[in-house]
Amino acid sequence: MNGKPTSLWQKLFGDSVRAFGVVSVIFLLSMAIAPAKNFFSEWRHYQHGYLSMIRNRSDANTLNRHFTGGIQQVWLPELGVVDRCTSCHVGLKEATLTDVASQPYRKHPPIPHNLDQFGCTTCHRGQGAATTVSEAHSSTLAWEQPIFPAKYIESSCGQCHRGQLPGTPQLNLGRALLARQGCLHCHIVKLPDGNTLKATDDPPSLSHIADKTSREWIFAWLKDPQAYASTSTMPNFKLSDDDARDISAFLVANSTPIGGDTVSLSAKASADPAAGASLYGESFCASCHAVQNAAGNIVGGDVGPELTRVGTKVKPEWLQAWLRNPRAYDPGTGMPHYRFNDGQVATLASFVQGKADSDFLAPVHLEPATPEQIAHGKRLVSDYGCASCHEIAGIKKPENFAPELSRIGSKPVTQLIFLSGMQHTLPDYIAGKIKNPRAFSPGLKMPQYTFTPQQIDALTTALLSLNDRSYSLPPSLSVPGRVETDYQPAGKAGKLMTDLACFSCHRINGHGGDMAPDLTSEGSSVQRDWLVQFFKSPGTLRPALIRRMPRFNLTDSEVNELTDYIMTVYQNPKVDRDSLPLSGYSQGQIELGKQLFYGKYSCQGCHIVDTKTDKGYIGPTLTQVGSRLTAAWIYEWLKNPQSLRPGTVEPNRSMSDEDARALTAFLMSQKGGEKSSGAAAKTTKNSAHAQEVAKR
Amino acid sequence: MKSYIAFLLGLVLLGTSCSRKAALTSALKPTGVGAAIVESSGGKQFAQTGSLLPQPVVVQVNDEQGTAVAGALVEFSAVPGVTFDPASALTDSSGQVTTNVSLGGMAGRYQITASTFDKSHKKLELKLQEVALGYQQTLGRHLNDQYCDRCHNSESTAERVSNYDNLEVKPHPFSEGDTLNKMTDADLTAIIINGGPALQKSALMPAWGNTLSKSDTQALIAYIRAVSDPPPSRNAGPLYVRTAE
Repeated sequence: MNGKPTSLWQKLFGDSVRAFGVVSVIFLLSMAIAPAKNFFSEWRHYQHGYLSMIRNRSDANTLNRHFTGGIQQVWLPELGVVDRCTSCHVGLKEATLTDVASQPYRKHPPIPHNLDQFGCTTCHRGQGAATTVSEAHSSTLAWEQPIFPAKYIESSCGQCHRGQLPGTPQLNLGRALLARQGCLHCHIVKLPDGNTLKATDDPPSLSHIADKTSREWIFAWLKDPQAYASTSTMPNFKLSDDDARDISAFLVANSTPIGGDTVSLSAKASADPAAGASLYGESFCASCHAVQNAAGNIVGGDVGPELTRVGTKVKPEWLQAWLRNPRAYDPGTGMPHYRFNDGQVATLASFVQGKADSDFLAPVHLEPATPEQIAHGKRLVSDYGCASCHEIAGIKKPENFAPELSRIGSKPVTQLIFLSGMQHTLPDYIAGKIKNPRAFSPGLKMPQYTFTPQQIDALTTALLSLNDRSYSLPPSLSVPGRVETDYQPAGKAGKLMTDLACFSCHRINGHGGDMAPDLTSEGSSVQRDWLVQFFKSPGTLRPALIRRMPRFNLTDSEVNELTDYIMTVYQNPKVDRDSLPLSGYSQGQIELGKQLFYGKYSCQGCHIVDTKTDKGYIGPTLTQVGSRLTAAWIYEWLKNPQSLRPGTVEPNRSMSDEDARALTAFLMSQKGGEKSSGAAAKTTKNSAHAQEVAKR
Repeated sequence: MKSYIAFLLGLVLLGTSCSRKAALTSALKPTGVGAAIVESSGGKQFAQTGSLLPQPVVVQVNDEQGTAVAGALVEFSAVPGVTFDPASALTDSSGQVTTNVSLGGMAGRYQITASTFDKSHKKLELKLQEVALGYQQTLGRHLNDQYCDRCHNSESTAERVSNYDNLEVKPHPFSEGDTLNKMTDADLTAIIINGGPALQKSALMPAWGNTLSKSDTQALIAYIRAVSDPPPSRNAGPLYVRTAE
């Protein structure tokens, strides 16, 4: 046995000829490995699989014609795309492969973009240049970008699209949460276009907080904001009892009174116990403020704070002053100045004060604060960055308090510290941080939020869209979102509109809320007399609407001021309101319009003209539209509603001029008058229904 | 022959790439066994691809008399890509197990299976279907919410009062598969673009052709097909069913 190796060696390399021959053979064999590797490559295997899959299909000829073997590549230098994905995903662009469910042969689902213009990795991440399954999809040591999980795919749309898209609800929600939940008060997010994301919430100033509430309430609130109001956006800082005691001590000691922001009213609240509730209802407080009902449901708007336990929070004299004129305490508040008289203030205040929960403060007993506690409280307020969100006298808003998130969606995984048991991917890290920030290290300051799993996914999606690629993509691809202007109406009317907080609900010239109609063209659309009447007694235009225009108790001169301004300034250049008469249409035209209304266009499906027969709930009631709108506006609206109000639900029926004229004549003949009592009855019934629905 | 070798090699490669899959052995010890497993809630929901269903799936284990059984082991399974939190659990005191489900990354219908064992160790299975909406169906859902839902959905919510009861001719809810499945895509396109009269139906359905784009209409039809119950026989999109292990 021992001799054999030697003899084998002798046989192979005994002389130079043998050695040369053997080395040549080894060399040739090794040369053959490269083509063999190529021959057995994964993509070739998948291409064979594709060809045998399509062989027996009826559309085999077309598919075969489209098929080109070998490595395929989409190369888009300006996007930084070198994508060979189509080498295996062969049928990606084949319209007829809708029935194929197995990968890698599925057709790409329909999207608004052409795959050849954007490639694959722009949206899906992964390694475009890779030619093996694992290198293309998984994160390996050499590559940082694993393929994106489907649930975050909308973040890729957000690399270019800065605004809301109808097909990306998750991204839209995530961005809204980012702006609304206070994230942007501490974290800076710069966009590639140079703008900085702005928070849409406005946390209250704490400089005068002792006027408004008690130290006990501040303590309980700091310990658990959601225990006071489940919809509260204030996060839980997980403070110890001592820390909450000291912060509340500091805030109260630091608070300065504002002159005139508390009143003691001589007026007594109405003796009628239902008066407060009905004033609350008439003033449409529920359009902005929610209350948790007996069934545990939150009912009402989210513009202002939830009021379920507000009586436990606010001091009676502060509440009365606030209801009389909220701008005296907070000049920037979104709450309108209702111009209540003293009796109304007393009635409403006692009703709101009654929304109390004595259990909330029962366990809180605080000794008077010591100077040490107050000093410690001040240190804590600085440490936790309270002034990032709240104005606090004597404490500066900290800068760069939290890490900037402008490129968080590209943060290298190697720089992250994961919790044990966590998947080592960037999306999992971000979601984990949002879900439970303090778990990552005991010293971290980021507070605990109460997000649902869906909200965490949405926030993660929005954050992942802030990445390096969004900076490197050509600026021409960027699609700006809706820009919020800082439009401010001028003069006395402008001051009045600020005082009434019109912009909390209405949008004008790109500024304001979305709850109520955009008023940019209001002067072209409505008749002056109607607008005057509407300010004095805002009836309801839409029977099924729960949130409505409140009555502001305006004086005649205030009403005239506002009406004149709106009629003069808020005109739409497309509508000449004097081009068509308000009345005097021929009976024949009116009759033709009526036939079109009930027949060809069946408008009664959505609108009410005759309260006895029509039931449509969707559009505004038209019983007195001839007294409300201008004929020119109606005509233009019928011709193209979206040109006057983009996104309105009313379909564009591409009406002929004759049809639009006849319908305008019919609608202008609806002046209200004797029918209006019936309309009012109907409206009351419908709004009762709406309120009933709201209670559920 | 060559292609056969290549295929085998491919299989080996695939096998090695999947080797990281952790063996999932349940550490739960059942303390009860049932005779039937039934759905409490959570079937037939819609979510975007890869996303959590809006509501958890709740199943219940009952004995022969239909009484809830506590402590029975329930395991959930579906095609790879669907995740359950938790994937297996013991029924609580009311005989129920609740799990949060994330659907797979492809649009289509997903069959999820909840299983338990009876006294004789026979597997009892409950099959539910959930629908994952892709981009097109999601866009369709948005358009439905904006334009269609207030008439085509008879349910009212706090934010939206239904107009269904006010209409003389009742519109078809989009889930009404028995009616809508008989209509071809061309029929649906015609009625959306040109209104009810295009198919000799009520003029209360207006023409949307000048308001919705062509791709909007396609998205709406994709959504209608996705929410149809029962699913359409054609163009229903794929059904993802886990094949036997």
